[in-house]
Amino acid sequence: MSKSLNEILSTFNGNKSELIPILQDIQSNIGYLPEDAIIKVSKFTRVPESEIYGVATFYTQFRFLPVGKKHIMVCKGTACHVKGAPQIIEGIERHLDIKEGDVTFDLEYSLESVGCLGCCALAPCAMINEEVESNLTLKDVKKIFSRMKK
Amino acid sequence: MNFNELFNESVEEYDSLISGTTPVILVGSATCGKSAGAKEISAAFKAELEEQNVMAEVIDVGCIGLCYLEPIVTVIKEGMPAIFYGDVTSKQAKQLVNDYIIGNNPMIESALGTFGDKKVEGIPNLFDIPVMKPQIRRILRNCGFIDPDNIKHYIARNGYKGLKNTLDIKPGEVIEKIKKSGLRGRGGAGFPTWMKWQFCVDSKEEENYLICNADEGDPGAFMNRSLLESDPHSVLEGIVIAAYAIGAKEGYIYCRAEYPLALERLKHAISEMKNLGFLGENILGSGFNLDIKIKEGAGAFVCGEETALIASIEGKRGMPRTRPPFPTTSGLWGKPTVINNVETMASVSLIMQAGSDAFVEHGTRDSKGTKTFSLVGNVKNTGLIEVPLGTTLKQVINEIGGGIVKDGIFKAVQIGGPSGGCIPESYLDTKIDYDSLTMAGAIMGSGGLVVMDQNSCMVDVARYFLEFIQNESCGKCVPCRLGTKQMLDILTDITIGKGKSGDIELLLELAGGVKDGSLCGLGQTSPNPILTTIKYFKNEYDAHITDKRCPALLCKELINYHVIDEKCKGCMLCFRSCPVGAISGSKKEVHSVNTDKCIKCGTCIELCSGMYNAIERVHKY
Repeated sequence: MSKSLNEILSTFNGNKSELIPILQDIQSNIGYLPEDAIIKVSKFTRVPESEIYGVATFYTQFRFLPVGKKHIMVCKGTACHVKGAPQIIEGIERHLDIKEGDVTFDLEYSLESVGCLGCCALAPCAMINEEVESNLTLKDVKKIFSRMKK
Repeated sequence: MNFNELFNESVEEYDSLISGTTPVILVGSATCGKSAGAKEISAAFKAELEEQNVMAEVIDVGCIGLCYLEPIVTVIKEGMPAIFYGDVTSKQAKQLVNDYIIGNNPMIESALGTFGDKKVEGIPNLFDIPVMKPQIRRILRNCGFIDPDNIKHYIARNGYKGLKNTLDIKPGEVIEKIKKSGLRGRGGAGFPTWMKWQFCVDSKEEENYLICNADEGDPGAFMNRSLLESDPHSVLEGIVIAAYAIGAKEGYIYCRAEYPLALERLKHAISEMKNLGFLGENILGSGFNLDIKIKEGAGAFVCGEETALIASIEGKRGMPRTRPPFPTTSGLWGKPTVINNVETMASVSLIMQAGSDAFVEHGTRDSKGTKTFSLVGNVKNTGLIEVPLGTTLKQVINEIGGGIVKDGIFKAVQIGGPSGGCIPESYLDTKIDYDSLTMAGAIMGSGGLVVMDQNSCMVDVARYFLEFIQNESCGKCVPCRLGTKQMLDILTDITIGKGKSGDIELLLELAGGVKDGSLCGLGQTSPNPILTTIKYFKNEYDAHITDKRCPALLCKELINYHVIDEKCKGCMLCFRSCPVGAISGSKKEVHSVNTDKCIKCGTCIELCSGMYNAIERVHKY
């Protein structure tokens, strides 16, 4: 069960240095950073909202829109690039009919690329929710999504 | 319980596990093992053991580094050496239980190697197989051999002896020992570790901090992740030692959020340390106090830079600031701060366990010890390796890596990530040490080695890195913010056939400006991928600019797909799978590609390459 915003904040003291951990905790429970959460965090930490947005937009981890039930993060690391990650991303984009950074209409899938998942020896790879899929081919892309639909 | 009692107890426990009567099955369960199916293999073993009603311990361990053979399983049976198996399937797991654990057939044909004094006819010693032979495993000594979630396994293998030795002497003597070892920072720049510590001590502030940098952001590198997942205590021990040496009472580990398993194992390891008195108040009765906090990175490459990392811990945007003052004078909360890389910390525990003399046995005059690398890209044996500094690139790629996949042709090896460079074949005799690599135009970096074959376009590689850097540039200083954007635009133009004469000269001029004018290391080193590719692969740039041709047939705008008439069997596979209907043809008749419609997605080539190889990429112009 995920925690509510008040429960999350109650585990912190409200120091400015806790800003990033607070935002991380909110995102891992709610899935993204909703506007009202930012307002509450601002009151709690006494950091202006503008500054919180400044911090949150700086780091690629933070999102301001909900993600799909299955959040796909395709690795764009060097090893994955050399082994064809751009083709894999395009393949998924075509398959789900969304662009990188988007969510499907039914909120089922969202697609994002990340710097490196650290699974370079088994490139190209992608993380779907917490599971890493490795040695991806275009054929696998089809297979993975048809398996998920079942 | 004092340390010696704890050590004896741990040895007894570990030995009874490894040499006891109950068979032990170790399953490589770092992120790479897991993605290859370690969880299923573990479950398959457990199910079959229960089914057959046999006793055996199934333990999740870290990664021994042979990632291309994951999932890897080690079976230890009384009276036999440990036997390693690679590419294990659930079916094989079942078979191992029945044939080897219950029966006596060690399944020689699927075994990789043995470890231990005894031999098994037909199976080589693990460290004699070609991929392992040139390696010296010091930092990675425990990886794949111990349960990372069990501190006693680490202690049994001399763990925390380094800390014990440290607390018996004065902080200044610890720094002296590290100085004697010649250890240089493993994060990339190679600054002498002892000197950093000394600067911090010399600033004579009451309060200071130690930070372990585990923000392994270099794309193509995963040594730190593997180490943290496989042997977290070796890093944590180093942190406590370093904190003692500089007199810090608070330590931080700044670890990427993209490494969930490493974070989980670190958290568990820290709680184990606290329980046994390796952390907290009065550590091992020495009067020394230390607390370690974990800070999760939030996905900003620039936070690997020291001052940006500090800003991030303070809850701010991770932007670097000018140095001096260096963090060792004014760092976290304005106090002196030492920031050391994960592998540096593991090296520190090693030095304090085995002594400086043992450490300097390997390496060159100015680069001592061993170093881990992630060997990836188009080599046969990809994985995590450890070699003495001074080993040549050729040895690493050909002997350990086993050469290029599919018998392709070597083109370049990229070392040092976005700050590093691409080294061509003619420079493969370059020794891997800090100074030789800098001479060749690259840097040691944290240890990513990405091998590229004839199918990699060097202009595209330069463009890739610039795109990465441009995305990650924090925007604070103009040369980096605008310079990288301009360089990226020019490179993109070249790869889509819009290159102009004079582009190379302009790139070189911009590169010089960005290098000299940028505030931090990210900007200063960002031109390296361009400079090295222009230096060693200028012909590829010329081909793109003048002939509008990509020699590697990779840049989409400069190629077409084409069906080779003699090879096409008219199987209709590509016809049916083409997402845009660009292939025409009918059964048993030669197909053709409509180049106006074709989006060059690669689907048809992937399908056909395993069968007839009838579709190829050709130059457009």
